[in-house]
Amino acid sequence: MTHLGYLLVGWGTTLAVGGLYAAALLRRGRRLSARVPVERRRWMTADES
Amino acid sequence: MQEINHTGSRTTRLLGAAVILGLVVLFFLGWFVAPEDDEQQDAVRMIFVHVPSAIFTYVAFMTTAIGSAMWLLRRSVWWDTLAAAAAEVGVLFCGLTLFTGAIWGRPTWNTYWDWGDVRLVTTLILFLMMIGYLSVRSLGGPETATATRAAIVGVLAAGIMPIVNRSVEWWENNTLHQKSSLTDGNLEDMTLFTLVVGLVVWGLFFWWAVLHRFRIAWLERELRSTDLDRALEERRAEGEPEGEKV
Repeated sequence: MTHLGYLLVGWGTTLAVGGLYAAALLRRGRRLSARVPVERRRWMTADES
Repeated sequence: MQEINHTGSRTTRLLGAAVILGLVVLFFLGWFVAPEDDEQQDAVRMIFVHVPSAIFTYVAFMTTAIGSAMWLLRRSVWWDTLAAAAAEVGVLFCGLTLFTGAIWGRPTWNTYWDWGDVRLVTTLILFLMMIGYLSVRSLGGPETATATRAAIVGVLAAGIMPIVNRSVEWWENNTLHQKSSLTDGNLEDMTLFTLVVGLVVWGLFFWWAVLHRFRIAWLERELRSTDLDRALEERRAEGEPEGEKV
């Protein structure tokens, strides 16, 4: 395969950055929801758990 | 009500699972099935991450522009929150577009960057404007004023998007960038199919990320409101005579 180094850097960075951002969103959401009263988490209903 | 300590829901879990599955399929198609290009050889495989990132940059910033306009017109908190969520995800995609474009440019144009290239420079300006949007939001101060200032930046940034998008047509002699990969009809069938798969996967990830980011922003707003309510109650309690305190 030609240009393998460029492809690895381009694809690798994209997947790594996307994955890290997704993990950061999930972590931030967990931390915040623990601090907000249950009745104020409007979209989270028991049947969606 | 059951206590749920996360921003997930059935919808986001389905989207997340589809993204992971889609990425596996995209990787397989993009690296092993799609043919190499006559001119670019295997460097063409960068198209499957670069073009979806670019297209969902537009989708994200258009969402921000619409949300910003709705805030300015109707003072809708829901739209303002959506605008902010889409802006952050859009900055991520725009950064990836610039990065993967530079990496792709080296083997195809023999350079990572060209300051004279209209598409590259206008995309960078758009990226910096949206970083400005996020910076305005993080400055603090009264929520209404912050949202209004950010919304003005969000709407202004939308104005540059047609220039970014059409730059390869309007200044075709002043850009290294090729014309639209999707519409110029030069792609092999399998390359085009894989690109469409990439667009679907990026679209699913975009909405997954926007949903989570929206809920985080909503929680932040609720938390500020809860803290304010608590502070007001404490102030009221301090002001009451000893005998009347509950």
